[in-house]
Amino acid sequence: MRNAFADEITKLGAADPRVVLLSGDIGNKLFDKFKERARGRFYNCGVAEANMMGVAAGMALCGLRPVIYTITPFTTTRCFEQIRVDVCYHKAPVIIVGTGSGLSYADLGPTHHSCEDMAILRTLPGMTVLAPGDSFELRAALRAALKHDGPVYMRIGKKGEPNIHAREPELRIGKAITIQPGKDVCLVSTGVMLSVVMEAARLLGEQGLSVRVESFPTVKPLDTATLSELFRQYQAVAVAEEHGRIGGLGGAVAEWLATQDVPRARFLSFGTDDVFMHEVGSTQYARNKFGLTAENIAGQVKVRLGGRRAA
Amino acid sequence: MTREPDIKKLQDIARTIRARIVETSHKTNTPHLGSCLSCVDILIAAYFHVLRIDPAQARDPDRDRFILSKGHGAAALFQVLALRGFYPESMLETYGQDGGLFAEHPPAPAYLPGIEAATGSLGHGLPMGLGMALSARIQGRRYNVLALLSDGECNEGSVWEAAMMAAAQKVERLAVIIDFNKWQATGRSEEVLALSPLVDKWRAFGWNACETDGHDISGLVRLMERVPDGSGRPVAVIAHTVKGKGVSFMEDDNNWHYRIPTADEVVAAKKELGVAA
Repeated sequence: MRNAFADEITKLGAADPRVVLLSGDIGNKLFDKFKERARGRFYNCGVAEANMMGVAAGMALCGLRPVIYTITPFTTTRCFEQIRVDVCYHKAPVIIVGTGSGLSYADLGPTHHSCEDMAILRTLPGMTVLAPGDSFELRAALRAALKHDGPVYMRIGKKGEPNIHAREPELRIGKAITIQPGKDVCLVSTGVMLSVVMEAARLLGEQGLSVRVESFPTVKPLDTATLSELFRQYQAVAVAEEHGRIGGLGGAVAEWLATQDVPRARFLSFGTDDVFMHEVGSTQYARNKFGLTAENIAGQVKVRLGGRRAA
Repeated sequence: MTREPDIKKLQDIARTIRARIVETSHKTNTPHLGSCLSCVDILIAAYFHVLRIDPAQARDPDRDRFILSKGHGAAALFQVLALRGFYPESMLETYGQDGGLFAEHPPAPAYLPGIEAATGSLGHGLPMGLGMALSARIQGRRYNVLALLSDGECNEGSVWEAAMMAAAQKVERLAVIIDFNKWQATGRSEEVLALSPLVDKWRAFGWNACETDGHDISGLVRLMERVPDGSGRPVAVIAHTVKGKGVSFMEDDNNWHYRIPTADEVVAAKKELGVAA
């Protein structure tokens, strides 16, 4: 995903003289082409994220379109107050990109995990929260973010995530993307869980269930129109994300759901537990630990359907 | 700018502003009086002489930017902006009222002409100002950015993050002015977090640092007008000030960080300032 980001931001930077890329001392060589094609508009802000966020806000207030890029915890939890005051209160159109989000950097330890970033940024007035599902969604999301006149946070993976889309989908901020239609249950994915969710859908399909899959590249503003349809139409709706079950997409859906008339669908939320994962492990190990696997998602959905007969 | 400042006139403005700040504090229960009085002369030198600004075109992209990073000095800034013509002085009658614009700290620029950044949480103004100064470079503009910080504010790590980046990027159209009144909210700034040697610190961080009497308007004007000074370095003006300056019974008494003056104290203060009741 990060290569797709580097490629897309290079195109955008070459085309739009307002685009400035700020990095927190990461991405060695990744942005060489950007530096070449958008001369004078790349700044390595060093390991000083609070300042970087303020600098970006100052630039945005002068008509530029700064894009901040660093590892997720350092561009979210580290400098939350700068995001709140400098960016959001000023309605500054800054794009904040968190790379290696969720469990992407599982093997780097809890300092580099980010399972609370969407939860905290979602609370900020005017903030848009994006979590593209693959490289195609990422490119479309980045372009949509640049057209959006306000702060945007986008969490992305690292590299090697499988592409699910065959080509770039139409992506609008605040609108879900239907990956496949289905009649019985709906699996909702945000961010890099998309490939896992697709596999879960396949497993359920083998058991005779017709499964719809929705990708939610936007977590805020929440696509409540699509959610209304899903909860009316399906026996079960399951949300999966590489993020804590507190405050992510699952949390957002639960907040919304609590204010609605009793829906038809059963609701399942798959995410990380309320713990720091202190033990060493790969992303796959971490996903296994938290039940973020196709097998577990498919199995839990089956259990929740219980006596309800598949259509 | 080469025109000579009319120091007498600027000093008169400073006395008027000080009297209005004291009066407003009494009427509206607004604290931070000592902090407001200590930076008045800096604000006057900037807004009434140095800054290339036009209240009729408050958002001119080529204007100089001034950021009150010590946002708790808002009561002073609000008076200065009104007198400078960014909004009618009558607007200040709504000071502190429910639903009004004038809080204890400056609002976001969209809500009040003349404001460049919403501050109040310390350590934010300099990074934002640095972003504005870098924008001038990227966009080929020639405006300056001045950020006024308090000495207590230099506790914040983000100040020093910005200081290092400004030096690395050789941002010479950026200046900080430190309102060095030797106090922070609850104690001597030197004792809370060893601040000295403050001038040497800024110098060591790659800035062209100098010291001046923060109540000497002509000296302040001279130093602020040196930006950019051709050295390729940002400028730090360490302005030695007296908290509560201009009212003898408030000077260097940190109780006036939070204390509100009584009606009698307002009368006494105005008498000292030579401003009619």
